[in-house]
Amino acid sequence: MATTAIDQHHAHAAAHAEKTGLWSWLTTVDHKRIGILYGATAFFFFLLGGLEALIIRIQLSRADNNFIDPDTYNQLFTMHGTTMIFLAIMPLSAMFFNYMIPLMIGARDVAFPRLNAFSYWVFLLGGLLLNASFLFGAAPDTGWYGYANLTSRQFSPGPNADFWNMGLQILGVASLAAAVNFFVTIVNMRAPGMTMMRMPMFVWMSFITQILLLLAFPVIAVALILLMFDRFFGTHFFIPAGGGDPLLWQHFFWIFGHPEVYILILPAFGIVSEVLPVFSRKPLFGYAAMVFSGVFIAFLGFGVWSHHMFTTGMGPIADTFFSLTTMLIAIPTGVKIFNWMGTMWFGSLQFKTPMYFAVGFIAMFIIGGLSGVMHSSPPADLQQNDTYFIVAHFHYVLFGGSIFSIVGGAYYWWPKMFGRMLDEGLGKVHFWLMLIGFNLTFFPMHIVGLNGMPRRTYTYPKELGFELLNQIQTAGSFVLGLAFLVFLWNVIRTSRRPRNAPADPWNGATLEWSIPSPPPEWNFDTLPKVSGRDPLWDEKRARGGQMPEPRAGTGAGIHMPNPSYWPLVTAFGVAAIFVGIMMLPKWGPWGIIVAVALLFFGLYSWLFEKGYSEFTTPSHGGH
Amino acid sequence: MTAHAPAEEHAHDHPTPGTYAKIGLVLFVLTALEVGLYEFTYGERAGPLAHDIQPFFIPLLLLLSAVKFALVAMYYMHLKNDSKLFSGVFVFPLIIATVVILAMVALMAYHWAFSRSG
Amino acid sequence: MSDHAQALETTTGLDSRKLAIWTFIGSECMFFATLISNYLVNKGRSLVGPFAHEAWTDPATGKVYEPIIEIPLVTVGTALLLFSSLFIVLALYGAQKGNRKMLVGWLGATLVCGIFFVGMQVYEFTHFVHKGLTLQRNMFGASFFTLTGFHGTHVTIGVIWLATMFYLALRGKLTPNRSVNLEMAALYWHFVDVVWIIIFPVVYLIR
Repeated sequence: MATTAIDQHHAHAAAHAEKTGLWSWLTTVDHKRIGILYGATAFFFFLLGGLEALIIRIQLSRADNNFIDPDTYNQLFTMHGTTMIFLAIMPLSAMFFNYMIPLMIGARDVAFPRLNAFSYWVFLLGGLLLNASFLFGAAPDTGWYGYANLTSRQFSPGPNADFWNMGLQILGVASLAAAVNFFVTIVNMRAPGMTMMRMPMFVWMSFITQILLLLAFPVIAVALILLMFDRFFGTHFFIPAGGGDPLLWQHFFWIFGHPEVYILILPAFGIVSEVLPVFSRKPLFGYAAMVFSGVFIAFLGFGVWSHHMFTTGMGPIADTFFSLTTMLIAIPTGVKIFNWMGTMWFGSLQFKTPMYFAVGFIAMFIIGGLSGVMHSSPPADLQQNDTYFIVAHFHYVLFGGSIFSIVGGAYYWWPKMFGRMLDEGLGKVHFWLMLIGFNLTFFPMHIVGLNGMPRRTYTYPKELGFELLNQIQTAGSFVLGLAFLVFLWNVIRTSRRPRNAPADPWNGATLEWSIPSPPPEWNFDTLPKVSGRDPLWDEKRARGGQMPEPRAGTGAGIHMPNPSYWPLVTAFGVAAIFVGIMMLPKWGPWGIIVAVALLFFGLYSWLFEKGYSEFTTPSHGGH
Repeated sequence: MTAHAPAEEHAHDHPTPGTYAKIGLVLFVLTALEVGLYEFTYGERAGPLAHDIQPFFIPLLLLLSAVKFALVAMYYMHLKNDSKLFSGVFVFPLIIATVVILAMVALMAYHWAFSRSG
Repeated sequence: MSDHAQALETTTGLDSRKLAIWTFIGSECMFFATLISNYLVNKGRSLVGPFAHEAWTDPATGKVYEPIIEIPLVTVGTALLLFSSLFIVLALYGAQKGNRKMLVGWLGATLVCGIFFVGMQVYEFTHFVHKGLTLQRNMFGASFFTLTGFHGTHVTIGVIWLATMFYLALRGKLTPNRSVNLEMAALYWHFVDVVWIIIFPVVYLIR
């Protein structure tokens, strides 16, 4: 019986049918699904980190408080920092890298879809290991930066520091794998005509972020290895009694740690650079300057690390050098801020929720940047370091900066990812609660910090007069919590609405708005050709202002990579190796041996997966 | 229809096995020179000139290794005949790596020389 | 492994897998930079011997420790690694030209060199331990074994990778249009050699 056209149509449709069920998620290699996995997981960890913060704030709301004991306090602030940096902000950015980069460059997926899935599963396992420590009452408690030699066996005999060490190593593997993937994707999978200087700014900032990840994470990997050797094998890298030096840890950590903060902020810069032009109905001001300032920030970011160590007595030459480079790095940052304002200037401003968060970002980030520049002076930093003044600074740049931007990005790209618009009214309530709560929580920290309130200390005496401002801070933190409950409510309500968001609800400029919301598995029926920086605006202008609502084709003739469970298996192998290392005293080498076997089993099965074709095919011509 | 270059990018001036073998020989000779320099300066049979060479030992040695490094990178790793993108992807991290090594040595040396507890 | 050479046009015209391995190698430069920095800053900070290039007498026991570094052995290892880089280039040449004999022969030679290098390292480590140098003994021991140990681990991973390639070559699966897979392994192998080109003088020759 000859197959009819209808039969063929059904066959193609079935091949691309939306897969549902747990197994489809466990084996997915679709960048869009992986993006959603990152986002959901990261948001969960963000709430967990927020809960940790609220408990800290309750403890600090009264002088001489003992809501929690000092050891618990140490675990909470350590996990709060570690969680927010590694399990919230980074994977929230990864959500957008995953979902948006292929769409924005006109590709069907990333360069290595299975490696992409692998990165997610490794991240999840790392986050679970870190938090599993709570089940043993041994959460990491030596700060998110794990200063030596507090982390030595002598002063941290329990497994807390080992959970931290192994958790971070696992997360590092995830980040490195993803960085290779996105670097290659951005270099090698852009649509015809999309030169580097025509890429969306979010893609540029993400590209620079991948380079930073590639260069910075190996450094902390080695530092963590050295710490592990000290704790497990009796070396003395950071132990003075054996000839080592705790300062060595600080250097290695911050050579990673400073680029890390640019890893945290550059994607946020990129998101804002997408939102502002769309809601100002004007192209981004000074595109080239934005690119070069981003490159300059990244490069110089490797030359400022010891500004975290001004109080360690490095001497005047080192202090001066790092002070100068730190002041210098404010310049390209300032260029970006002026360019964002230039984008808005004389624009036709549309104050929708994403725009609120983008503008809020600029204001909050400026404040954070100003306190940062204040730290760049070593004598001034001598007073500020280890006080709440620093806590204020980094929350203004990481929350007021990264989180505001990421939340704005969520509202901006929600329709594309989920086919539904988040409610505008609730969005604005969320914004105002967040802005007010955020400033109530963190602005007074500048004041108590300069008045001497130290960091990482579970309580303070009443005579110091910090109590009133701390109470305000705690009240503010609960307002923040309320803001995110409003967001959650918005998400839940929206999920019950029909999935009818248009492809291009905001009049966007970039390619992701040219395909349906949400996109079909293969993204583009025909891969686009690009001839400018704002391809969609160009096209709409050419058509007299409007684009017809795109409807996905059947995807016939388009081959997408098959799902696979080997990335998940291999991820377990990787995580198991680090668990095996942690359990060396109890299990001997057997944990590691079994883990390595599992890793090789997963890896070889992955590499030799029968009939697997990784690469997507382009679609020639249209359908 | 494609606007891109095809996937094959082997340059037409591909080195021959003979070239590779010659490079191998040069690498061997350079290694012998490194060891020879060591023996000459510090070895058991170091002659009277050894003392004069000592200040130049490290720079000479590093120069020899740098040449070996460059030969392997340019010829064996094919950077000389490949796209400059690969060279960029390799050289940029090398620069950062060198900066980090030099900075660490300088910072820690200064720290240990001048800190009171040594 | 993918059954066809990357048929998809890429923006740069370059194979994504080759770009990926170069990117990974760039990252590994920072990994070894940190290990090398660690060695350089720590090697002279030992509180007790044995030391790299000088003999040392333990004041407490009177035991004499010889200098640890032995040039002849490590020179052989260095030569092995260098020649293995040549051999794998020849193997890759054979793979790209479809000359299976050349591929299998030279790849086998590479593998032998690699295995011997690892063997030399294992022997060297045990020998140094016999001479009194351990991870815990002093800062020189800690940083020496960590740096060379991680290099050796990278070599071992390379040996496993090459052994896999060798097996595939024997089975006739490393055809010219799949040669990029060997090229990736070769680049990794050369990188491991290049790191040794730095470690050899810095650790063994510089006093």
